[in-house]
Amino acid sequence: MIENPQPMVRMSSVTKRFLDVTANNQVDFQLYPGEICSLLGENGAGKTTLMNILFGYYTCDEGDIFIKGEKIRLSSPKDAIARGVGMIHQHFALVPTQTVLENIIIGTATRKTFFLDLKRARRKLLELEKRFGLEIDPDTHVWTLSVGEQQKVEILKALYRDVDILIMDEPTAVLAPAETDDLFRTLKILVSEGRSVVFISHKLHEVMDISDRIVVLRGGRVVAERKTRETTARELANLMVGRELADSLDKKKVAPGRSVLEIQHLTVLNDKRLPAVTDLNLVVRQNEILGMAGISGNGQRELSEALFGLRTPIRGGININDTPLRPGDPSSAIKLNMARIPEDRMDTGLLMDLSVEENMILEDHGCGDFQTCGLIKSRNIHHYTDALIRAYNIATAGRDAVTKSLSGGNLQKVMLARELAGNPAVIIAAQPTRGLDVGAMEYIHRRLLQERERGAGILLISEDLDEVFSLSDRIVVIYEGTIMGEAAPHDVSREQIGLWMSGVAQ
Amino acid sequence: MITLRLVKRKPLAPWARILIPVAAVVVTLLLSAIPILLAGGALWKSYFYLFYGALGTRFNLLETFVKGSPLILTGLSVAFAFRAKFWNIGAEGQLLAGALMATFLGVHLGGVPRPLVLPIIITAGFLAGGVWAAIPGILKTKLKVDDVVSTLLLNYVMWHIMGALLFGPLQQPGSSWPRSAAIIDAARYPILLPRSRFHMGIIISFLAVFVIWFINNKTTFGYRSKAVGVNIRAAHFGGINTTSVIVWTALVSGGLAGLAGVGELCAIQYRLIMDISPGYGYTGIVIAMLGNLHPVGVLLSALFFSVIIVGAQTMSRMTGVPTYIAEVIQGTALMVMLIFLLFTEFKIQVLKK
Amino acid sequence: MDQLFNIAFLSGLMGATMRMATPIIYATLGEILTERAGVLNLGIEGTMLMGAMTGFLVTFSSGSLWLGVLAAAGVGMLLGFLMAFLAVHLGLSQHVSGLGITLFATGLAMFVYRLHFGSPTVPPIIHPFNQISLPLLSRIPLIGPGLFTQYSLTYFAWLLIPALSFLLYKTHLGLKIRTVGENPVVADTVGVNVSLTRTLCLVIGGGLMGVGGAFLTLAHQNMFLIDVIGGRGWVAIAMVIFGNWDPLKGALGALIFGFLDGLQLRLQGMGIAVSFHLFLMIPYLLTIVALISVSRKASIPAALLKPYRREEKGG
Repeated sequence: MIENPQPMVRMSSVTKRFLDVTANNQVDFQLYPGEICSLLGENGAGKTTLMNILFGYYTCDEGDIFIKGEKIRLSSPKDAIARGVGMIHQHFALVPTQTVLENIIIGTATRKTFFLDLKRARRKLLELEKRFGLEIDPDTHVWTLSVGEQQKVEILKALYRDVDILIMDEPTAVLAPAETDDLFRTLKILVSEGRSVVFISHKLHEVMDISDRIVVLRGGRVVAERKTRETTARELANLMVGRELADSLDKKKVAPGRSVLEIQHLTVLNDKRLPAVTDLNLVVRQNEILGMAGISGNGQRELSEALFGLRTPIRGGININDTPLRPGDPSSAIKLNMARIPEDRMDTGLLMDLSVEENMILEDHGCGDFQTCGLIKSRNIHHYTDALIRAYNIATAGRDAVTKSLSGGNLQKVMLARELAGNPAVIIAAQPTRGLDVGAMEYIHRRLLQERERGAGILLISEDLDEVFSLSDRIVVIYEGTIMGEAAPHDVSREQIGLWMSGVAQ
Repeated sequence: MITLRLVKRKPLAPWARILIPVAAVVVTLLLSAIPILLAGGALWKSYFYLFYGALGTRFNLLETFVKGSPLILTGLSVAFAFRAKFWNIGAEGQLLAGALMATFLGVHLGGVPRPLVLPIIITAGFLAGGVWAAIPGILKTKLKVDDVVSTLLLNYVMWHIMGALLFGPLQQPGSSWPRSAAIIDAARYPILLPRSRFHMGIIISFLAVFVIWFINNKTTFGYRSKAVGVNIRAAHFGGINTTSVIVWTALVSGGLAGLAGVGELCAIQYRLIMDISPGYGYTGIVIAMLGNLHPVGVLLSALFFSVIIVGAQTMSRMTGVPTYIAEVIQGTALMVMLIFLLFTEFKIQVLKK
Repeated sequence: MDQLFNIAFLSGLMGATMRMATPIIYATLGEILTERAGVLNLGIEGTMLMGAMTGFLVTFSSGSLWLGVLAAAGVGMLLGFLMAFLAVHLGLSQHVSGLGITLFATGLAMFVYRLHFGSPTVPPIIHPFNQISLPLLSRIPLIGPGLFTQYSLTYFAWLLIPALSFLLYKTHLGLKIRTVGENPVVADTVGVNVSLTRTLCLVIGGGLMGVGGAFLTLAHQNMFLIDVIGGRGWVAIAMVIFGNWDPLKGALGALIFGFLDGLQLRLQGMGIAVSFHLFLMIPYLLTIVALISVSRKASIPAALLKPYRREEKGG
């Protein structure tokens, strides 16, 4: 390989904001010919956003992009494709009801081709397939293909368009090990011909396996750049996860009581009908916080949805205080006094277009204090809501304020106020401080600790290791739907947890 | 190159939200000047007779309420359903169902004590419309069938049921036209004000406005219905039985349209004919949107439409502008309102490159 | 009863079937095109009425039938463009936009007609199209005379059916249209202009709907009446679903409808006391049944009814 070659891609001081979140902050990124470069980082670090900018799907607010030395203004993916950039997203951009061939040739019409020349397209496709070892029958419908095969279609789609910069977003997230080997073989063939690949992932051992160079992103910024052979998994885990000091919380020593939540042999399928949670067993006791660490996408969502009653497990059971939860029935969880804080608070847990008060009574509007014979007792509800707004210090114009006018931290406070109001026996908190500022975070941490003291059993599912370490009495790590390991916070190092989170069993 | 893009904006203040429908009405009336002028009508004379014809004399004013009554009911019907995101396009069929039931009972309840006749007819008509709407409601919740198309199709099914009955068992003996026998005297809505057609059904429709407002704001059912309409996932998360809410909402919605049908039969036509409804069910959709799905908004929009419909008759006589200007104004009002509503949520961003 | 199996009866019925089905075929094809691109156009009934009125008006004023057809198509295209503006460019609710257009177009059609003709006691008429007998084909025994003696607009419709099929399945444009309707994100990603594609389909679809309406006033009948469309637009909406969004199958549905329509007229004429209303209900009930089974399959264009806006969620 030539030393110090011209970069294929140079992104300079790229910044991208969405409303009040800065997804990419002054990012500098280069990509060289013939290399596989990995973008490593946790969810929300800004990897996908950065690449979406390179692909022309998003436009950056600040910064410049140079492709093959030329400064480019990308206004749509069409421009990027024309310059040889292709991107394969985590959720495949394929039309399931159409055939492989149709999916590949969509948009490749030129002025001369009005009629679909399927014969010529098929010939070109079969040639490509043979060259790169990606054998798929062009006339099968995409919905019949396995995930690995669909990914091959996506790669062929890019190759058909003579792409020389290929971006792959979490490509191995849905692959079996054999398919992953296949993929890596294909990628090596691609770069041997001078192309470049950007490999976005959070899976450490795979990143170390396949890439030549690794760029680590955290919180929207580039924190490090390493040549793969010059670094170790431990170093990368550290960089990914950060070493901020945990704020000191007043965590009292309380002896845990009897079990309040028991999960037995739980198996839950995801939307693609593949197992996301496999034979999971867990116990949470009174006066205890069990912290579940893990990178998003390893089954936490499906687990919490099963607990919330939003998803029916195909095997196993959930007991609260020895009473079984009715699968797929949210009201069962509510009746059994489970407090639920979903990770997707705005879409799943709150009625954003309604008032704070109307959100406060979502689960309790049927109880005797708030209604008789179906007639609402407004005054009681007003008092209840006002008291909660005061108790939780929710910054809002009042109980009639539209919920979507509240800031993220205050939205979460509304959620907490509602869920914790009945002195719940069990609290499931999924990513409770995601996207919140330090002050809100602190408040929520304190509340959770108070509940723990009161006697609740809390399952805290979080990507934030600091949070997990400072709040939990015990820590488990979830990876690909199973528990990788369990330990008490003072008995285990962050590096170890980081490794477990990345699928490295030791 | 300049490109325009729609981006979300911060929510508007409450006073602005009330101004929007008013502004829409004003803009609509302004735009209506175009067809009026094209028709050769003198502009101010036309506007004058439009409003005079609806509000200028006692009879006209009362007629405006008469014409407004079915519109209020179908408007409420659609608004109540849309609020829960049950897209009821079938108010027309539900109206016919109510009229059909009222006809059947109105012809055959001869032996029943007089004070019971109307309560029976009204209740039965409500239920008939309700059931006709509940069917697509169940199809939606249990079988995921699209409510727009299913409610629309059922309009035509009911139309043909009505036709089959009017050429069959319900047909007036001795007649070859598709019309029923006249309903008995006890089944007629009493006229409440002399020298007019101002009837009991108008009071029913006003009452309905109050009842729906009450349900929406003062009952737990209204709360649940609203929650389902705003975010069905969160409502489900919160333990609400969303299937039950949608089916009951459909029932009430259909019932209201059914009441409109009962009214047309028992107050205006006194017998069932194929043309009993000039599209009230469809106009109800426009009225519901114009009224922003709020009962009082529906009331005002329905009366606005009624003014236009009744006034257009007089305007047509005095200025020669065709009466169909009414539908043109209605269609324009809807599109203007839609566009205005859009700009309460989005604004235009100008990007220069 | 023997009358029913009389050759003349069957032949006449076949001819009537084609005739009655023609406007629905046009409307159904037009709607299939727009729904395949992901837009439900409920403005169809109003568009057909405007087409019927405009065609009649232009023919009456100019004396040329084909000019009338052209004008009807033009008006339909304009209304299609209006729908595109509301539902695609502004992203307003497709349901309400479409219904608003039907309401507006219906009113406009009546308004303009009244303006031009006033309210004469005898409705104005034109010389409608003549039916054309195809030279060899109409001599085929049994089916010939009925099937191959039709208006030229009907023959045109026959040609449109395979043409639309060909467009959708065998051209790049068709692939773009189908992809836009299934997954606009995918289409956008490969550089297809989603807005433009949808607008194009709405405009062409609208043109077809306009012609369908004009058929009723320029061929089938020779005058314009307020209820000339008679709900055929809504039938077309139903037939699109019945036909699983496929031109051939949709046309089949239209044929069934035409058949039932033609049959009931003839049965009426023969004094057979079968309620024709019950007959006419059948296509709607069939469509509801089709809807129920379709909702379980994946035939419905996946992106139907969803306005497409890029960059709505954050990274």
